[in-house]
Amino acid sequence: MTDQTSTPTAVSALDAATPRPRWQVILIRPETMTFVLLVLAFVVSSSISPYFLDINYILSSFTLYAEFSIVALVLTMVIIAGEIDLSPAANMALSACLFAWTYQATQSMPLAIAVGLGAGLAMGAFNAVLVIGLQLPSIIVTIGTLTLYRGLAQIIAGDQSIRLPDYFIGINNDLWLGVPVPVILFLVVTIALAFFLGATIWGRQIYQIGTNEVAAQHAGIRARRIKFMLFLAMGFASAVAGMMTASRLGSVRYDLGLGGELQMVLMAMLGGTYIFGGRGTILGTFLAAWLLSVISTGMLTAQWLPATQLCVLGLLLIISIVATNLIYSRTQR
Amino acid sequence: MGETPASPADTPLISARGISKSFAAIEVLRDVDLDLRRGEIHALLGENGAGKSTFAKILAGVHRPTRGTLRLNGDPVEIPNPIAAQRLGITLIHQEPISFPDLSVAENLVLGRTRGSPLGRVPWAQMTREARELVDLLGVRMDVTKPMRGLSIADQQMVEIARALASDSRLIIMDEPTAPLTPKEVDTLFGIARRLRDEGRTIVFISHRLEEVRVLCDRVTVFRDGNKIATEEIGKLTDADIIRLMIGRPLREYMHKSGAEIGEVALKVDGLTLPGTFRDISFEVRKGEIVGLGGLVGAGRTDVARAIFGVAPAASGMVSINGRAVSIREPSQAIALGLAYVSEDRAVSGIFRTLSVEENITAAIPRKIAPGGIIKGILEKALASESVRKLRIRLASLRQPIGELSGGNQQKAILARWLLTDPSVLILDEPTRGIDIGVKAEFYEMIGELAAGGRAILLISSELPELLALCDRVLVMSEGRLTANIARADATQEAIMSAAVPRSMQAVAA
Amino acid sequence: MNALRSILLRRETGIAVMIVLFVIAVGIAKPRFLSLEYLRIILLLTPLIMIGAMGQMLVLVARHVDLSIGSTQAFAAMVTAMMFKFHPEIPWYLGFLVSIGVGLGLGLVNGALTTLFRLPSIIVTLGTLNLYRGLTFIISDARQVDRQYIPSALKAMSTTSPILGIPWIIFMALGVAVLTYWFASHTRVGRQVFALGSNPVAAPLRGIRVNAVTLMVFSISGALAGLSGIMYASRWGFVNPSNTGAGFEFQVIAAVVIGGVSINGGVGSVLGVVLGVLLLGCVSAALPLLGIPGTAQSAIYGAVIIIALLIDRSVRQRGIAALAAQRARA
Repeated sequence: MTDQTSTPTAVSALDAATPRPRWQVILIRPETMTFVLLVLAFVVSSSISPYFLDINYILSSFTLYAEFSIVALVLTMVIIAGEIDLSPAANMALSACLFAWTYQATQSMPLAIAVGLGAGLAMGAFNAVLVIGLQLPSIIVTIGTLTLYRGLAQIIAGDQSIRLPDYFIGINNDLWLGVPVPVILFLVVTIALAFFLGATIWGRQIYQIGTNEVAAQHAGIRARRIKFMLFLAMGFASAVAGMMTASRLGSVRYDLGLGGELQMVLMAMLGGTYIFGGRGTILGTFLAAWLLSVISTGMLTAQWLPATQLCVLGLLLIISIVATNLIYSRTQR
Repeated sequence: MGETPASPADTPLISARGISKSFAAIEVLRDVDLDLRRGEIHALLGENGAGKSTFAKILAGVHRPTRGTLRLNGDPVEIPNPIAAQRLGITLIHQEPISFPDLSVAENLVLGRTRGSPLGRVPWAQMTREARELVDLLGVRMDVTKPMRGLSIADQQMVEIARALASDSRLIIMDEPTAPLTPKEVDTLFGIARRLRDEGRTIVFISHRLEEVRVLCDRVTVFRDGNKIATEEIGKLTDADIIRLMIGRPLREYMHKSGAEIGEVALKVDGLTLPGTFRDISFEVRKGEIVGLGGLVGAGRTDVARAIFGVAPAASGMVSINGRAVSIREPSQAIALGLAYVSEDRAVSGIFRTLSVEENITAAIPRKIAPGGIIKGILEKALASESVRKLRIRLASLRQPIGELSGGNQQKAILARWLLTDPSVLILDEPTRGIDIGVKAEFYEMIGELAAGGRAILLISSELPELLALCDRVLVMSEGRLTANIARADATQEAIMSAAVPRSMQAVAA
Repeated sequence: MNALRSILLRRETGIAVMIVLFVIAVGIAKPRFLSLEYLRIILLLTPLIMIGAMGQMLVLVARHVDLSIGSTQAFAAMVTAMMFKFHPEIPWYLGFLVSIGVGLGLGLVNGALTTLFRLPSIIVTLGTLNLYRGLTFIISDARQVDRQYIPSALKAMSTTSPILGIPWIIFMALGVAVLTYWFASHTRVGRQVFALGSNPVAAPLRGIRVNAVTLMVFSISGALAGLSGIMYASRWGFVNPSNTGAGFEFQVIAAVVIGGVSINGGVGSVLGVVLGVLLLGCVSAALPLLGIPGTAQSAIYGAVIIIALLIDRSVRQRGIAALAAQRARA
């Protein structure tokens, strides 16, 4: 057999290159970049508007992004595992529409919630079956399902807003220990997922699957099952996020969360998640969610057009992947 | 060791002097002097990592030598990249032929050869005609308008050869071409090589298969450990001579088999079949036994291993572990039953390159390092350090990415991974491939110790000396079937080879 | 006989058959569908998608994707429309140069980001999709350019016709299709695009300049998206920063995927894409006739993409199985 080009055999034994110093490993990573950007964003925003020095303002403005942020955390895990899901925003809309429509039809809140969550799970399962079961490429599948789900929402809700009962509205205004409930939820999910991803064996297996799925299968890791679960989790999280958004807005329309997929992917990318899988952290996405919130709120306060904001987001996405790629390729051997 | 040409007609096609090549700090070729004559079929022989492939790649422009000179027909020449090599008339035919699978054969033949403006017309009719002529010249039947995707490996090779002909190559290098071929295809290939030689071209044939080299080649150069050892006409060397040149010392010296007590049957395979890949495979491996599985590449050995382990299950047949019949549909089941499989290509199916050595070593034992689901760092570190110590893995830190380790140490880490699962049956697939001699010896010792410890070992290997030295019995597969079950006492290289070689090839080899 | 069989088994034939079946099925329910009037309606639904699909086909064949074409269409259309509004003295046909040029520039940016930084084109174009849409809002101050500012000669392209009552705009789209066919099948660089997508690793080894070819396909995609921009203005008579090009990329991807272009690159035919666009046009035209609300369009496109993917996969599976069976017998 001929020798492989990638690992030349050692005639003289130089067995391993020296590893990078520990401080480098801890500090030079994408999350640091995110953190620095976050601090910068704070400084800039507070110079534009003194509101930013008020913690309550910051917290309550985050509630606009809390829903996307929660889903983005789950999306981070999906991307680390080597897949992608562009359908969550459409999922949010359809779950919320079904939820609202069920309530309107039956006046039963528990049933409506069950339908909403069930729909979200079903959509997640549909994605999972297509991607994992039939082995279709996740990017195109979820572009297809995003169109499909949004379209179904359009069929169900038409052009109208479905109104929700008063007791359900305004979750973003509810405070718990002085902190808006959505923010608390986000914090809870962050801590739970960070623990899951960082300290449990399944979290580690997600990294292994994303790094080399074939090797993972050979090592006895049940990759298909884990990825299936991740898509289900996305579906569930989207449904919850959809209902949270419905509560915040007070009513449900088919265009709920339009464009959300960009924001979620952006949060994951800004947080240093590697698009090709195998790398990324919950902490990074967490910081990136705040970063995005500060930037978006800052732009709003500075009264920039929604259009300009869109531009900035698009630009940010590009810059963040360039930077992440550069950092990762530098540290690769 | 130069040859001064008596007249221009004797000028070698290629003269290499002092060619050396290093990758980072590792020297893989040292001071190679070699002449390739016009109108000859020249074999490059040597073990894994001996340097024969690297030398050929330098000729083909894939690598650049760190020292040394090359002359083409007496004139000094530089070969900076593959395109330059092609322009000089040097073509390399890879083991896995490179092609554009969605384009037609005719297009693949033409692409990259013709010059012209980007918006220039593509002369389809002319292309197809020329392609047909070329293919007919080779005596092969093929529809040149069909996409390359549907072709067999043999046919793809033919297309690459046709490309070489079309660009009027004077030096055609074939890298282990016969590995995936059926005997009839090998016949065709050899016939074409001979015709090309008779036309005055030079063929370089890289292989480690003595019997083929003997049939086909005029002269032979043996490489060992990055050095060129000898160049000689094939008729003047016996097989023993060649083996001695390749290995450097008589076989027995550095490999030995420690006696182990052989117990009950641990792995039994019965009538395993996967249509199109292997058929009716039945054998047993007992505790303490090392059973070898030899054969040519493509014989189906790795497929059998993957079937037993559950990566790509067989269509029919039975597997039993320690006397109990089992149904294994995925690797996690196999591991739970006490099987371990060290796969063939660690880069593809073994290591998680960017993850730490520690994580790599403990990848197959989730329950041991995370009993309640939560990873216990202390447990992990203890297990990993112990493995590093026992297998003498050389590294700077457990936390460094495994990709930074040398090939031998990576392989040790993978072996460590599987040993931690405490398997009763261990399947090793080409475990010493791509590893240098010193570390190989360590591996052989370890394999011996594992058997002595009561484990059943199935050793898949293409290296005959390895099989002969280590195994109690050698099974041989050929074209998807088991063709021999040779006891240690009767095992010789010839015996294994003749069982491995496909039927009709035996007539040619005789 | 073999030749006939191989024609029948081809993807394009399958799509043509589906079109015929669909038309017949709808025609039975609503005979109005089978009229020259509806032919005109169907055809008028297609030119923009046709043009965008040609560019997207080349991008997909090269193993990339361009999600930004809708926003490129909007931006190019807006630039051109605003030029007409504030400089009505400029001859209307120069608008084409502007539109195509702007699109080309935007496409170049996509290509540059993908090649220079080795980024996956899907993320890059996801970013530029939003970036370009935002820019469209900014330059237009979020306001629509109304009918009176669009030159009537331009609008006439969608209404007047040289023959059979089929407007100029259709011929333009067909012209682009023909040009793409010539480019893809009969020029050296066109074949290089297919080679690149078929095996990106081998491409540089065969002398293909990967970066140059990649830049080129994105530029073409952008330029064609730009062309579709001015044609939007011609077709609808106005340019709106929210609506122009909204959802365009999904319609184009649906058409292209139906037309048999492979996500993995290397495979695609202009005829297939043309038929795919036609099929989508038939479906879109049939919806209002059958009483299905326009809001259902997105859902249908989504379903179509998924179905096309499934068909592609089962075809490939059968091909692989046939190959394996052949080997087993050998």
